[in-house]
Amino acid sequence: MDVVVMARALFGTSLGFHIIYATLGVGLPVMIIIAEVLYLIKKDSDYALMARRWTKGFAILLAVSIASGTIVGVLISLLFPNFMEIVGQVIALPFQMEIFAFLIEAVFMSIYLYAADRLPPSLRIVSIISVAIGATASAILITDVHAWMNTPAGFNITPNGDITDIDVWAAFFNPSFGVTAIHVTLSAYMTVSFLIASIAALRLMRRKLSAAERNYHKKALMIALYFGALTSLATAINGHETAQMLHEYNPRKLAAAEGLFETTRYAPLSVGGYTSLEDQRVKYAIEIPNGLSFLAGDRFDTEVLGLNEWPQELWPPLYVHVLFNVMVGIGTVLILIALLALFWKHVLKKEFPGWMLAVLVVSGPLALIAIEAGWCFSCIGRQPWTITDVLRTGEAATKSNSVNILFYLFLILYVTLLFVTGFIMRHYFKRNPVSNDLAKGSS
Amino acid sequence: MEAAALAITILWSLLFVYAILGSLDFGAGFWGMIYGKNNQTSASQIANRFLSPTWEITNVFLVIFVVSVVSFFPFATTLLSSILLVPVALGLLLLTIRTTFMVFEHHAQRFRELLRVTSGFTGLLIPALLVSILPITLGGFVEFENEYPRLHYGELLTHPTLYMHIAFGLTTELFISAVFLMDYAKEADDWSAYYTFRKHAIWLGPVSIAVAVLTIGTFPAEAAWIVENIEANWLWFGLSIVFFLIGYGFLFIKRTDGTRGWARLAVISIILQYGIAIYAYGSAHLPYLVYPVLTVEEGFADPSMFYNMLIIYSIGFGILIPAFILFWRLFLKDRRYLKQE
Ligand code: HDD
Ligand code: HEM
Ligand code: HEM
Repeated sequence: MDVVVMARALFGTSLGFHIIYATLGVGLPVMIIIAEVLYLIKKDSDYALMARRWTKGFAILLAVSIASGTIVGVLISLLFPNFMEIVGQVIALPFQMEIFAFLIEAVFMSIYLYAADRLPPSLRIVSIISVAIGATASAILITDVHAWMNTPAGFNITPNGDITDIDVWAAFFNPSFGVTAIHVTLSAYMTVSFLIASIAALRLMRRKLSAAERNYHKKALMIALYFGALTSLATAINGHETAQMLHEYNPRKLAAAEGLFETTRYAPLSVGGYTSLEDQRVKYAIEIPNGLSFLAGDRFDTEVLGLNEWPQELWPPLYVHVLFNVMVGIGTVLILIALLALFWKHVLKKEFPGWMLAVLVVSGPLALIAIEAGWCFSCIGRQPWTITDVLRTGEAATKSNSVNILFYLFLILYVTLLFVTGFIMRHYFKRNPVSNDLAKGSS
Repeated sequence: MEAAALAITILWSLLFVYAILGSLDFGAGFWGMIYGKNNQTSASQIANRFLSPTWEITNVFLVIFVVSVVSFFPFATTLLSSILLVPVALGLLLLTIRTTFMVFEHHAQRFRELLRVTSGFTGLLIPALLVSILPITLGGFVEFENEYPRLHYGELLTHPTLYMHIAFGLTTELFISAVFLMDYAKEADDWSAYYTFRKHAIWLGPVSIAVAVLTIGTFPAEAAWIVENIEANWLWFGLSIVFFLIGYGFLFIKRTDGTRGWARLAVISIILQYGIAIYAYGSAHLPYLVYPVLTVEEGFADPSMFYNMLIIYSIGFGILIPAFILFWRLFLKDRRYLKQE
């Protein structure tokens, strides 16, 4: 197959794999801080236990997130050298700063993991907070490069491809950096909340459970639900701003996201369905009148540009509409789930029924799907450009024809690692069940 | 100093740091495997105790190196990535297997044996792959076809210099890690491990030097330029050998308490030896990154980005110094960690 297609496939797959672990790596330290702080306030040893068990899970996942991060970090230069040639001149700063974020995370993670028992509690909290800062900073900094690819700034390019007038800080603070960084951070936090809710709900569905265990899992579930409700609401509000950023700086992507062909005021929002090229509209969708205009500009009469403003060769693949819908749809559903569960608990003051636990079990995997869909939407929606309106993907990629074999080798590696991490997690937590730890704590 | 010269010096220093950290890391993985089943000595525990908290930091230095190549020398990416795609990608595959298995080993008793052997073997294969990049830059293995650079695998794989480079990489890796772990074992008061590592350091030292000298003899014909430069730099290489002899000597000195070897001084001398050798080799390699197609000057970009990056480096390492000190105290000095059962 075509070398460029294989390079994109290899890199896209690698990122899709890395992001699973990376998202967890960004969110979990924050959950651990919450548990540590609750322990300090409430002096309830269940929270200390929670922090310890989550840390164990984190340590297992971190290995894969660092390994896969090293892969994507090196592959990006190997597969897209012409892209990196420009990155090196214009937007190398976030890459460099990210290194220090990694170092902070790595140093303090080792300290928190292997020296916790030799540290006073205050230094322990400082360590885990540093881990969280390192992880979130690395997510924000790498997102900066991604944002710059979507809304490039800080340089000029001459017709023969030379880069001039470089302003590294203008590139750093490119127009979409702020909103995008917040969106990525919040969505990572929310995903981890729902994953923790999933696990706790799964445990609570078991029949044979001692009162102590039930209590423990309920506390975990409540932390996850509160934090999940908060972050999912914030993600949606900020997602709205992200869409407005697209309207302003990247209207072609917004048009593709919504399958809008003709430029119009009072544009409707199409939910669901798929974009049909022949019919020039989204088929089988539910239309919310004026919705898109409102999303783009907070007014029903906002003019939204349609795809026909650009030649067809500059359109991204039309299926990005589906990816966008999956992200927004899941975001909406998760807000509803979290609010309903909190309503049940605090207003109805009842135990969660089995069906609600079942719904909570799927909430975590749903959030991960939203992350994947969102990233794929953002990167595929940028096509055919790697740097919007500056560098085409076909020109950015390597010409080495060994990429083919490498793609299959890496694919095998990722599939294997997904199974192996799942297996090791199960194996470890089966051999060290909560009941054991609870028994140890009370004796 | 000129910006490009400063950039290559920093890059070379990062390479030096990674070469040392990597040797300790991969070497410890290998020793951990060799002595895993041996009940006579706790060499394996000592190796693993060092590895657990440090591998992440070593890995970050690998990433720093790659990121710095791209951001200091953006015009080198196209050439380097086309010729290095396959060896580096294979290295990444192995590194991933090693990293994950090494961590999983702690969490799954049942598979310990399989996981340990895997991480031990990759501890040899990865450095072998990494050093095989060195001969590629010497000339003779890269050619342009339709303006596109290609690496001639056939010639590389059949050339003795590749295998000598690999032998050189592995013997130095094992020598440095053995001397270091000797010192680490002494901190932990673990004499069985200490004497095990000392035994290996004693035979590995001369072997690694002999292999290093022989390797230069196998350089391809196209590399005559660097051999000349090395000969012109003989003073520095000689100094490096002097430090080797000093460090090696410290392995034999008898101390007042009757034990043999002055581990800390040996480690320091050996690190100095490698530092001098690496800088001498680096300056012999100038002005080329890859002979004859790419020089340092051609790879370098706009100095304003470079100076901004220097500021980031200073701030970054400045912030991290207290963290490194804490880390050192907790894992390389604290007896409670070193001597745990
Ligand atoms: C749990 C995950 C999640 C959820 C529930 C949402 N998002 Fe999102 N979204 C992401 C996770 C995400 C992401 C994976 O983090 C992306 C991909 C690239 C990026 O910058 O963030 C993203 C990108 C992204 C973009 C594209 C930015 C670009 O390409 O420059 C838009 C317009 C939105 N989001 C809008 C929304 C809206 C209106 C949501 C309403 C609920 C929403 N997102 C929920
Ligand atoms: C936006 C999505 C991403 C997020 C949220 C993310 C987050 C993370 C996190 C949390 C880690 C582990 C940090 C550590 O302890 O070292 C990590 C590792 C890493 N990531 Fe990503 N990452 C993302 C995308 C990328 C991309 C696109 C690249 C490369 C171009 C990259 C390069 C790396 C590297 C090199 C590492 C390993 C660092 C080490 O050796 O410790 N990441 N990432
Ligand atoms: C971690 C979550 C991410 C996922 C799942 C993801 C997904 C993808 C996919 C599917 C592609 C292939 C697009 C195509 O060619 O049709 C791609 C391309 C690419 N992405 Fe992302 N992406 C992520 C984050 C990032 C980040 C943070 C960066 C910035 C450093 C980035 C940089 C690139 C580059 C350089 C390409 C190749 C050139 C191109 O196809 O435009 N990606 N990504």
